[in-house]
Amino acid sequence: MKYLTEYGDGEIAQKLAHEIRQITTRPWALMEVCGGQTHSIIRNGIDQLLPPEIELIHGPGCPVCVTPLGLIDQALEIAAQPGVIFCSFGDMLRVPGSTKDLFRVKSEGADVRVVYSPLDAVNIARQSPERQVVFFGIGFETTAPANAMAVKMARQQGLKNFSMLVSHVLVPPAIEAIMTSPGNRVQAFLAAGHVCSVMGYWQYPPLAARHGVPIVITGFEPLDVMDGIRRAVAQLESGRNEVENAYERAVNFDGNGTAQQILNEVFEVTDRAWRGIGVIPKSGWSLQPAYREFDAAYRFSVTDIQTCESTLCHSGEVLQGRLKPNQCPAFGKECTPRKPLGATMVSSEGACAAYYNYGRFLNISAAN
Amino acid sequence: MCLAVPGQVKQIFEANGTRMGRVNFGGIEKDVCLAYMPDIAIGDYTIVHVGFAITKVDEEAAHKTLALFRELGMLDEEFGEERPVEEEANHEVPH
Ligand code: SF4
Repeated sequence: MKYLTEYGDGEIAQKLAHEIRQITTRPWALMEVCGGQTHSIIRNGIDQLLPPEIELIHGPGCPVCVTPLGLIDQALEIAAQPGVIFCSFGDMLRVPGSTKDLFRVKSEGADVRVVYSPLDAVNIARQSPERQVVFFGIGFETTAPANAMAVKMARQQGLKNFSMLVSHVLVPPAIEAIMTSPGNRVQAFLAAGHVCSVMGYWQYPPLAARHGVPIVITGFEPLDVMDGIRRAVAQLESGRNEVENAYERAVNFDGNGTAQQILNEVFEVTDRAWRGIGVIPKSGWSLQPAYREFDAAYRFSVTDIQTCESTLCHSGEVLQGRLKPNQCPAFGKECTPRKPLGATMVSSEGACAAYYNYGRFLNISAAN
Repeated sequence: MCLAVPGQVKQIFEANGTRMGRVNFGGIEKDVCLAYMPDIAIGDYTIVHVGFAITKVDEEAAHKTLALFRELGMLDEEFGEERPVEEEANHEVPH
């Protein structure tokens, strides 16, 4: 398809790899923020094309992975209530809560439905006025416009039986948290292209300046990722720390103004707990007070749940780039995509699942 | 859930007061909400995430970047020692 195959050209990938090798004189650690980029890197073997000096640290940009355990437990409790239709993106179903997952709740009789878009959930609500329809609204800035519009439409259509369990997370505060965390090794960021399609990249220059860190807006096709790496390394080698746009065909400085306007109307910035990482100040969105009637956490009295994380799982360290998935003792043994111990093994954007699915790291883990 | 995929706008219409479009993704057509793309026109490429068009693909920028990549190679002819990679066309564009 147009603009997919062109950006997967193996010959040009080799040229970019050659260029990266030519300009690299010492070790550098780069973080790709978005799980979609992690997926592309492992799937296309981009890590194997790079010189040994370049280390890619996989970032926390997988919303399925960082949705806090307490919220998963709330979702499980709401989904199990009689009369509720609980709608979610498919990859949330296997994310482990404290004792079970949505898939299990479904098999126990709850009406849990996988939808492609939050608008599907609004349509279900319109068609089933006698039921309470709840949508699990997770995601980064890329997904937020869709969820905001769903809430707005529910209000416009006068739906009293639609609500959303919201756990939105934001990229810039996560970059800030990584740069200020003790022992941080990240020297440059590949920022998430589609987040910037929505938000633009006006938020990044102060971050780059404050922390002296190059930030390169990067796409997802193999050549996009290679070019993002090339530009980040070029900056590091020449001592620059600028914000650069390597995904010009889909991102401009201002982003999507219409979307940002609706986002501001529907959501407000809030502190947010990231699974495996902890609370990052001002790192999420929740519904504005004016939209509180659509907030499932208010509509359903979910009790203060005691959460319990698997003691075997090291996903917090994986999400912070301190541990590679194949260095986790449970990787490929107690923990597989069929029986995940942590959320990073569930979604295909999760680093553990990416390492598992392309098989290359399984032997290494066995050898360790 | 994080995939965002480029496709071409084939039709624009209204449903329940919302701007919608029929978008072709390499042969598969889907209805997509265009509320965030007030200026998009039939024939344009757009990137779609969970049923919403979030940005227009700038064709000029797409070609410019590719041309730049190709030029990289022209400046450097000695790839004899490099092994060719077999690229699998990635048909998913995550967010
Ligand atoms: S491999 Fe499994 S147990 Fe280990 S960090 Fe990843 S998700 Fe957790």
